[in-house]
Amino acid sequence: MTRKQKRLSMILGGLAVLGLAAGLVLYALSDTITFFHTPSDLTEAGVKPGQRIRLGGMVEDGSVKKGQGTTTTFSVTDQIQAITVSYNGILPDLFREGQGVVTEGKLQQDGTFVADTVLAKHDENYMPRELAESLKEKGVKLGKGAGE
Amino acid sequence: MIAETGHFALILAVGVSLYQFLIPLYGAQRGDVVLMRAGISAAVLQFALVLLSFCALTYSYVVSDFSVQNVVANSHSAKPLLYKISGVWGNHEGSMLLWVLILALYGSAVALFGRNLPLELRARVVAIQGSIGLAFLLFLVLTSNPFLRVNPPPVEGSGLNPILQDPALAFHPPFLYAGYVGLSIAFSFAVAALIEGRVDAAWARWVRPWTLAAWMFLTVGIAMGSWWAYYELGWGGWWFWDPVENASLMPWLVATALLHSAIVLEKRNALKIWTVLLSILAFSLSLMGAFLVRSGVLTSVHAFAVDPERGAFILLILCIFIGGSLSLFAWRAQSLKAGGLFAPVSREGSLVMNNLLLCVSCLAVFVGTLYPLVLETLNGDKISVGPPYFNLTFGPIMLPLLLLVPIGPFLAWKRGDIAAALRRLWIALALAVAVGLGVLFLNVRGPWLAPFGMAVAAWLVFGALSDLAQRISLFKVPLSSSWHRLVGLPRSSFGTVLAHGGVGLMLAGIVAISLWRVEVIVALKPGESADVGRYTVTFIGEAPLSGPNYTGRVGSFLLKEGDKEITTLRSEKREFKPSGMPTTEVGLWQSFTGDVYVVMGDPTTDGARAMRFYYNPFVNFIWAGATLMFLAGLFSLSDRRYRVGAPKRAQSDRMVAAD
Repeated sequence: MTRKQKRLSMILGGLAVLGLAAGLVLYALSDTITFFHTPSDLTEAGVKPGQRIRLGGMVEDGSVKKGQGTTTTFSVTDQIQAITVSYNGILPDLFREGQGVVTEGKLQQDGTFVADTVLAKHDENYMPRELAESLKEKGVKLGKGAGE
Repeated sequence: MIAETGHFALILAVGVSLYQFLIPLYGAQRGDVVLMRAGISAAVLQFALVLLSFCALTYSYVVSDFSVQNVVANSHSAKPLLYKISGVWGNHEGSMLLWVLILALYGSAVALFGRNLPLELRARVVAIQGSIGLAFLLFLVLTSNPFLRVNPPPVEGSGLNPILQDPALAFHPPFLYAGYVGLSIAFSFAVAALIEGRVDAAWARWVRPWTLAAWMFLTVGIAMGSWWAYYELGWGGWWFWDPVENASLMPWLVATALLHSAIVLEKRNALKIWTVLLSILAFSLSLMGAFLVRSGVLTSVHAFAVDPERGAFILLILCIFIGGSLSLFAWRAQSLKAGGLFAPVSREGSLVMNNLLLCVSCLAVFVGTLYPLVLETLNGDKISVGPPYFNLTFGPIMLPLLLLVPIGPFLAWKRGDIAAALRRLWIALALAVAVGLGVLFLNVRGPWLAPFGMAVAAWLVFGALSDLAQRISLFKVPLSSSWHRLVGLPRSSFGTVLAHGGVGLMLAGIVAISLWRVEVIVALKPGESADVGRYTVTFIGEAPLSGPNYTGRVGSFLLKEGDKEITTLRSEKREFKPSGMPTTEVGLWQSFTGDVYVVMGDPTTDGARAMRFYYNPFVNFIWAGATLMFLAGLFSLSDRRYRVGAPKRAQSDRMVAAD
């Protein structure tokens, strides 16, 4: 092979790898991302039962109930609408009534939400940015540290 | 007074770094030896000033000087001494001061130990290093002064976030920063080379040890962070594809590519432009990591409260350095003469493939990390990109790389022969297939991925051992002469073997924990037990607990394998003074074949407590692999070829700068 051919074959090889990777990335992005919603924009966004989403809001005061075994149910609200969430597992240390929370899971046919993940934050005053912004848009008054 | 001294030293350091940036650069342009040498003392002075400033802040923490706002916000007099000290960098201002300290340390190290560098190159490298120092010192002084006073001083501080009060996390930031910032040396060398219009084998030989050191620290820093997340967060996982984790992984991937391409440049004088570009990219990704973590534009479990003004300042630094260096690259890269030729199948070719795959995998991580940000800016959709995306993209891109790793060292420079390489690797190949079949046979409930993943891991480990066996002609010559060859082998050859073997170990751990972990979530009353894999965990009971700066409850658990009692585990729920912030301490039993991981949760309705138990098979292999990679770096770094026989520049390829 001449110098030019060698260089060309390497460039083509490189482009082929890059192309494959780009295809993979695009496919993965269309397939695996999770949208973030608050309770009141669920209907508006047309979220169907069974679709995997993140649901964020405040844990409603007095709504946390321990159920059978390790199941816990609580209400997530954005002060406009509330949704009952059930979660089987151990709640993060910073999970409290009246605090912000982000849960990940699926909406059920009966309008409740079954979460398999409840997200904790390192910092007790920290609120997830998406949540803080969504709540701010809806005119919810936030506490110290929110949205930073 | 101490705090003011620290602040004053910091302001002086700004001036010194400005001097360090401009004077040697001008001197190198003019060929003025005195001006070029001036940078060296400036670099040392800058380090001394930043060190003084850092000591002042540390002192304020150690004596709990609550008239300093930073100490009030992040410390507490009842905190153990270790966490008073680690509290210095457990917050934004202090961690940036640590960043600048390490930057200045590297700068003065290259100024002092670069005696075998040509004076012009040394002056330029020191100057570029000074410019980075200047940018971050200004950032500190203008937006993040750690020495602000409060009046009147409060009696007590508000304490360090309790989950940061942990030995692994105390040392995680210094190591990680030593890695991030270490890449600045490769960056400065690259920019200096572009200004000179000259890159050669000697240049690569100077850059390699610095990159290697940075890479080692980055490896340890990431591994410590992962270890901390594993046992402190209580989620039983070791990697979450969180933006902050990705921010550290990306420079690591590119630095790994850079280490390999620098070999080609050193040995074969090829891949010049590419190596320079990688040097720039590696540090650019470090800067981007700092921006992502410090600006809070991305939601992360690791994020601390942040300030948008600071984010904008870092973004400005980012744009100046990345934009500036890439423009310089675009303008000057043509002046670098192309080097040695090689066939696609050759040692060089395999290293190009390594670079390509590492960079593409970095790109996939980059897209996944920044896509939510881009999408939100474009149409306001809020999304999260989680582990499924990364598993689907990063995994398949890394797989061919892992398959190729053992083959590379067996290919000859310039023109290689894959069939011949595979013939020499047949033992490793056979062992890998045997491991795969063994797993397939034993693995009753696992997916098909398990035997395949383990076979690849075995391929990496045995491939690395074959490389060693080949180098010492094991069983081809008498054992005694093999031994002599082993002793006489360059240390960097051990480095290659250890690092590649370490990747194999790590992969084995990753495959095992991903596919065979056992998770049990159950409500237990005292006296009740649950099965976790082949172990049984019995909840003995709970008792009150009190520590130096916390109170809480401790649960005791009896761990048994069959009828054999192994140990008693404790999992704690702590409430920290003064914030009242709760944390959970995991009970962990470690063995060679896996960990049992016990987390005590909240009380349930009927007097029981929710519990989470994991059996994590072979999870320690992940950190053992990282440790091997670190040791590999140490071995290579101690190679005498880096120290003695100062690398000489080739006279022949001296070229006229294109101006």
